[in-house]
Amino acid sequence: MSTAHTPVLVPQPTGIPLPVPSGRSQPFWEGCRKGRLVLPTCSNCGARALRAFAVCSACHQTTLGWEPSGGRGSLYSWTVVWRPPHPALVVPYAPAVIALDEGWWFLSAVVGCAPDTLHEGMALEVAFHPASETIDLPYFHPLGG
Amino acid sequence: MSHPFHDVAIVGVHNTPQARRLPGHDSSSIALQAGLGALHDAGIPAADVDGVVGTAAADAVLELGLGPCTRRPSGLGIPSIVDAAMLIASKQCRVVLVLAGGAGLLTDTVAAPWTTPPNELVAGFGLFTAAEFALMARRHMLDYGTTEHQLATAAAVIRTNGHHNPEAVYHGRGPFTAEDVLDSPMIAEPFHLLDCATTSEGGCALVLTGADRALDHDDAVWILGCASDSYGPAYTVAPVWDYTPRQGGEPAGRVGAHAAAAAFAMAGLGPQDVDVAEFYDPFSFEIIRQLEAYGFCRPGEGGPMVESGAIGPGGSLPVTTDGGTMSYSHPGVAAQQFQRVARAVRQLRGDCPTAQVDGAEVALCSNGGSGALFADVMLLGSSRP
Repeated sequence: MSTAHTPVLVPQPTGIPLPVPSGRSQPFWEGCRKGRLVLPTCSNCGARALRAFAVCSACHQTTLGWEPSGGRGSLYSWTVVWRPPHPALVVPYAPAVIALDEGWWFLSAVVGCAPDTLHEGMALEVAFHPASETIDLPYFHPLGG
Repeated sequence: MSHPFHDVAIVGVHNTPQARRLPGHDSSSIALQAGLGALHDAGIPAADVDGVVGTAAADAVLELGLGPCTRRPSGLGIPSIVDAAMLIASKQCRVVLVLAGGAGLLTDTVAAPWTTPPNELVAGFGLFTAAEFALMARRHMLDYGTTEHQLATAAAVIRTNGHHNPEAVYHGRGPFTAEDVLDSPMIAEPFHLLDCATTSEGGCALVLTGADRALDHDDAVWILGCASDSYGPAYTVAPVWDYTPRQGGEPAGRVGAHAAAAAFAMAGLGPQDVDVAEFYDPFSFEIIRQLEAYGFCRPGEGGPMVESGAIGPGGSLPVTTDGGTMSYSHPGVAAQQFQRVARAVRQLRGDCPTAQVDGAEVALCSNGGSGALFADVMLLGSSRP
């Protein structure tokens, strides 16, 4: 597939493999449904977590909660997938790690721009798109785009 | 420096035939076939085995009629071999069979099952192994200027090793240049098809004993050092190069740096002592990354080291000499991880049919990679330490 006429990256259609929310992460998925990004955060020491840990990996207290994120950050790393692992996924799509303004990383996918415009430090903001009747996924768009 | 593992040796290795498909086999049956082959290679009767390690360990105990027998149902690669060494060094066992195989697991419509473990935080964004490793590779390219051509050069070297190896699944498909790799279809940028591991079926097994028994074997290969690094479960959280949970420690992108340093210390050796590196090669970038993490060059110098020709046949550090997971085989259930060690054993015996490194005395082998958040390192030697 040529990258000469790349389309704008868009959210995936329904029918892709979907997250199965765990009990621990219910606040995250409920936040997504309400258009709010929340991050697993320790209420004791303020440390962030890469997922809904049972224990804070910094202070080892069982005080992980959820703090709202401003939903803005910059592009830290990305890939553009042209051959998907599952036939329901529409290519190209761009999984990415976003460095949030809160000083933590978030895994998502970038939409709303062409793949060849992705660059380090690109300013991004979250936007939620429905993936099923119960799941809204937090994608990232170019800021102001 | 003395270490209990220095009295442990690998005295038998065997790979079954490897192929895209092995009709009639399942993972257990091909692992058992590999196990019998390794015992034959060692010249040790099955009845002498008093420990079995691997996913199919209990099946092997049953089907080889070994009960009562120690079994460790580990699905890991090099750590399973370390388990076997611990059983021998602690005198719980005298002869341990380590075996693995993968067959009957693949389909032609979706990616291999181990590449997309179910996880709520990554599932919705279409993550799979190529994308996970790409997120690490991209960060290295941004930090150090590493190029797609450098990645492609590493892939071309390994795939050409497999092209020459008559035992490789992709024997005779090359030789390959970096341009061939760059011309192959894009999978997940920066990885083209030929930057990625293949999938296949096959088994691999090893036999370990203590020094008392190993000294009967002229071609025994000795464990000099080993260590493992993990940053957590693979493919369930964002693969972030700079994630550094241990204060003052190495970041996740350098996974294996700590393990390699520990393995070298255990062996009393350094990177300059290694004659051949049987690196795990899930993606081309991981060769560049391992050269840096294991101390064969400084951070950022892995790409130029690859382009210098150092990792090819006749270079200062030939890598992945059988063609690795890119060309030799990738059965998926630890067998391809054992195959790095089995190939290192053959290098140190001097009996590789292709790409033999003349006079190789010390080999480093590895498993894992940055996208999977783990790395296992083992150093082997042709002489008893």
